[in-house]
This record gives sequence, C-alpha cells and structure tokens, in this order.
Amino acid sequence: MTDIAKRLTTDGLVLQVGSFKYSIQTQYRSIVASIAILYTDFETLNKDDENIFIDFYISIEPTNIFGKFISRQAQFRFDGFIPFNSLPCQHAPAIIEWGMNWCVSSQINTHLIIHAAVIEKSGYAVVMPAPPGSGKSTLTAALIQEGWRLLSDELTIIDVETAHVVPFPRPVSLKNLSIDIIKERYPSVVFGPVSTDTSKGNVCHIKPPQLSVQQQFLECPVGGVIFPKYEQGVSAELIEIGKGQALMDVASNSFNYSRLGSAGFDVLHKVIDSASCYQFQYSQLDDAIAIFSALELGRE
Amino acid sequence: MQAILVAVLNGDQAVSDLTLSQWDLLIRQARKSMLLGKLYYFIEDEFDLNKVPESVLRYLQSAHVHSTKQYTDLLWEIKHLEKVARQLGFPLVLLKGSAYAIAGLSAARGRIFSDIDLMVDKKNISLTEKQLMLNGWVSSSSDYYDQLYYRKWMHEIPPVHHVFRGSVLDVHHNIIPPTAKKSPDASLLMAQSHPLEGYDFMSALSPLDMIIHSATHLFYDGELDHGLRDLVDLDALIQSNQAMLKFEEKLLLRAFELGLQRPVFYALRYTHLILHTQIPSKVLQDSQRGVPNKALLKLMDFLFLRVLMPDHPSCNDRWTGFARWSLYMRSHWLRMPLSLLIPHLLRKSFLRLTGKEHH
Repeated sequence: MTDIAKRLTTDGLVLQVGSFKYSIQTQYRSIVASIAILYTDFETLNKDDENIFIDFYISIEPTNIFGKFISRQAQFRFDGFIPFNSLPCQHAPAIIEWGMNWCVSSQINTHLIIHAAVIEKSGYAVVMPAPPGSGKSTLTAALIQEGWRLLSDELTIIDVETAHVVPFPRPVSLKNLSIDIIKERYPSVVFGPVSTDTSKGNVCHIKPPQLSVQQQFLECPVGGVIFPKYEQGVSAELIEIGKGQALMDVASNSFNYSRLGSAGFDVLHKVIDSASCYQFQYSQLDDAIAIFSALELGRE
Repeated sequence: MQAILVAVLNGDQAVSDLTLSQWDLLIRQARKSMLLGKLYYFIEDEFDLNKVPESVLRYLQSAHVHSTKQYTDLLWEIKHLEKVARQLGFPLVLLKGSAYAIAGLSAARGRIFSDIDLMVDKKNISLTEKQLMLNGWVSSSSDYYDQLYYRKWMHEIPPVHHVFRGSVLDVHHNIIPPTAKKSPDASLLMAQSHPLEGYDFMSALSPLDMIIHSATHLFYDGELDHGLRDLVDLDALIQSNQAMLKFEEKLLLRAFELGLQRPVFYALRYTHLILHTQIPSKVLQDSQRGVPNKALLKLMDFLFLRVLMPDHPSCNDRWTGFARWSLYMRSHWLRMPLSLLIPHLLRKSFLRLTGKEHH
C-alpha cells in the first residue's frame, strides 16, 4: 500500500489545496485511486505537526456500521457533521469533490464566494459564472490546456479587502460528452475515475495543470467577467453587457453575497468596475480559444 | 482532561499560549457547539483579534459575519411580528435568543439562533395563530399525529414558517409542557413580562425569569444538543444581572415561587463548576435548598459534566453516549407521565427504524 493510501484509510491525509488544508479520511478504494491520480502535485502535510491548523476535517464512509460490504450508500461528513444525504457509493470520487467545495462555500465569509470558473492570463483573471449545462467546465478544461492558468473550476474566491481572486486550483469536473471531447482534443490530459449515473450524469475530473498548482498562492485582480453559453450551431461571439446587469447576475451566482451584507456589495462593485463584462456564446472550442486569446484585459 | 474550549472560556487556558494545533481543536469544538461567533467576541474582549494567527482568524471572522447577518435578519422579522402584535392588540413575549438580542443583552453577542420563540397567554393561542396565518406564517407540519400531540400535550403549537421569508416561529403558552411534573403557572411569568425598549408590542420575560427559563430549558426540558451553548447563555445572563441589588437572593425566591428551584440550583452549580461563573458563596449555599439528595447529585454530576461538554469526538469518554441517552430519557420522564410517554416513544422509535424520521 502506498503512503497516500495508508494515510487516507487510517488517520487522514492532509493536503494543501489553495489556501486551505484538508484532512481526508476514507475506506473507499475509488477515492484513494482518484486522489492518487488527481492530487499528486499538491503538497501533503504531517498531521502531527504542532504548527499546523487544518481547515476542514472531512470523511466519506459507508452509512452502515457493518461497512462497505453491506452498505451501498456513501456518507460525506465534515468533522462529524452531515451536510447532505448519503449517495450511491459508486459516486464516491465525485462526492468527495462536491464535499470539498461545500466546505468552502458554507464556512467562509471572509471572502465572496461565487459559483464560477476562473482562469488567469498575463496577470488578470477572467471569472465565468454560469449555470450547469452552459459549457463552462468544458471551456475551462480547454483553455487551461492553451496557456491559461487554472484558478478554480467551481468556486471563485474573492478577497473582500483586495478584491483579488484567491486561487483554488482543484480538478476540473467534466460531464457526459465533454469527457470525450476533451480526451480527444488533449490526449495528454490526466483523467480521474468516472462516476457513472450521478444526478448530473457521468462525471469525471481532470488533473489540474502542474503550474497552476505550483502557483496556488498567487492571487490576481479580475480583468473580465464573462457569462459563457454553449449553443449548438452558433458562431462564437462576445456581447458586451451593462455593469449593473453584470453585478446582479454575479450576485445571484454567489453563495454568500447576502450573508456578507454591504461588504459583499462593495467588493463586487470593485470587481465589476475594473472588469470588462460580456456574454459569450459559442459552439466550437477552436473559435472560443481564439476569441479568449485575443481578449485585452485590464484596460478598465 | 478539560475540553480546550471550556478551558479557554473559563480562563484556565490563556489564549496567548495556544499552539496552532490547539487553535485547530478549539475552532472545531466551538464550531460543533455553535459557539464560534461567541468566541470571536470573547477573544476581542479578553485578548486581541489582531494577534490570532491568520489561518484561524478567518473562521472567527466568518462566524462573526454570520451572526451579524442573523441579527439583521432578526430585526427585520421582529418588525413584521410587531405588526401582527399591533393587529392583535396585545404584546408578543419573545423568549430565549431573540429576546436577548432585542433587549441588547451581552448573551446575544455572536449567538446563532434558528427559530424565533414567542409566548402568549394560553387563551390567546388560537387568535395568535390565526393572525400569524393572515400575515403569511403557516403550520410546518401536516402530520395528524404531530398536530394532535403538540396541541393536546405540549406547551407550544407546532412550528409555523413564513411562506416567503421562511422564518420559523415557535409559539408557546408556557415554558415547559403542562404535563410536566413541575410545570409553572404561566400567568406568573406573563405578569412580570415587560415591553422591550423601542417597541410597543414586543415584550420579554423579566430578567430573573429569563434566567429561570434558560435554566429550566437546559436542566429540566432536556434539550441538550447544544448544552454548552446554553450554559454560556446562562453565564452571560447571570453576569449581566450581577449589578442588580440582591440579585441572587431574588433569583432564588422567584425560583421557589415558580417551583423551579431545582433547575436553578443546577444552573448555578454547573455554570460555576464548568465556566467559573462568579456566584457569591452565600447564594451557592442558599441554592442548596433546591438540591437533590447526595446520591442523585453524584449521578447528576456524572451525567451533566459529560453532556455539557462540546459535542465533539475529542471531548467524549466511554460514558458520554450513555450520559446523553440517560438525560434524554430523564427529560421525557420529567415531561409527561408514563401513560403518555411510552406510546409516544414507541411511535418515535418505530418511525426511526423504518427510516421515516431521523430525530
């Protein structure tokens, strides 16, 4: 058994992911395999160190006390607390990713947390809030193979004081057809195990680029806010949108905008003010990549 | 070994000496006990937030943001409730957390609350319920048994929630069920309730009755899920009343008047033992009149000193589970006679076994 597997299945593996330390515990082989593939570039820490503060203690275990041989359901726990119902154990690798997101989106109020992908190029971040099915993750997965830095696939974390994006470069989640599209375009991309038939269909995560992980403490200002929309047959086009509209749309995609009160409005105002705001429709990844590489950020 | 959260709150452990891994445990215990927001203020008052390591501080600040938001939301709900009270023509008496907050008591600082608890005279219950419904609050339970059980045996009607805003209200006519062995005369409590500052139609129990209610809730009613949080409430309530002339003597007199001297004795005993709450020794002595016999007291110490610790694995010993179960059974035993209790518990365990109910 490898060291990672041993720690995961005993007292917990501690990973530094973005600015958070997770202690992860599980009996599931599928999660051990998934973490061994997707998280190799992340620093692991020694749990017994006196000088370590762990942000989130998480576990995912069979619901039944008799263990995985009887129970077909896997339960995510945050330091013993159960935030959502158990799910079929075949989805364990996806559940751990969703659970890790939940920790940040529910516990952190010092930052504005937006449900959005975010990538960076030449020092400026592009935030892409979008509902599921808009092709946000597929676009992200492609762009980070084309020289963009991955800051986050699901959660855009913005420092309330500086209005800068705090990186959280987790594996990018792909669904259904997107899995094959990315596999075909970029054969060198590393894929984790597939969770089949989840509520979102087949889900598979890809390993974040090594450079994005190495730069996971490097924060940056926002240069653009783009709402992507995949639509079959359309030609790729950026449509400028009003700042008021953009602010309202980002707010409605945020987890803690209303909890933050006026601080939430102030930081979002700062972000939108300094960013170019667009709607973006596309059907071909090649066109999308071309348009993104022609973006001139940081002019506002 | 003492739980680190308790040691910090009672002053045995200096915050300045904590290592990062001790902070780690402190934050976990406080989060599980719903005391993170309180810890923020405790550290602001007793130490210095600027000296807290950055990785730790964000959890204290996040809790502070959360509790501040809850307070703002509460003020908004109370505005709506006062409108209802105005229509009714009599005041609604706020209980527990929301009362502490609106009264501006230190017990409310950083406190997290879920429901708003109200009390009215029993004769006004159905009138209140109707008026609430006209203003958008509807019953949360459509289960026939629940409705019947609450209305027939409980000191409150089934919870109501607002159809748009989602706020949940528990409307009471007493502080413990009328079936309980020590149920007080609710009119005595209502008689000493008084309007809250800045409001014409929102009231609170008298400061003494607030303490007695809090003590009864914790040590009689047996809602022990957040035992330590409630004990911290009691500590703050007792401390903010210390300035009152002969406060403790009056507290004991009032407790006897309501027949609730036993829970008040426990409240004084365990706030003093666990949180080192300052209580004059004469009062601790006088409260002994509410004391159970020696053997029972030993047993209660054994149970409460475990159950009042943070509900976190790091604070459990081999007896904690047993202690929680025992006090849960005790609370039901005190709540109602066996002829009611047994069918009720059987129904509950059946529902739990069949997976239709989780708690």
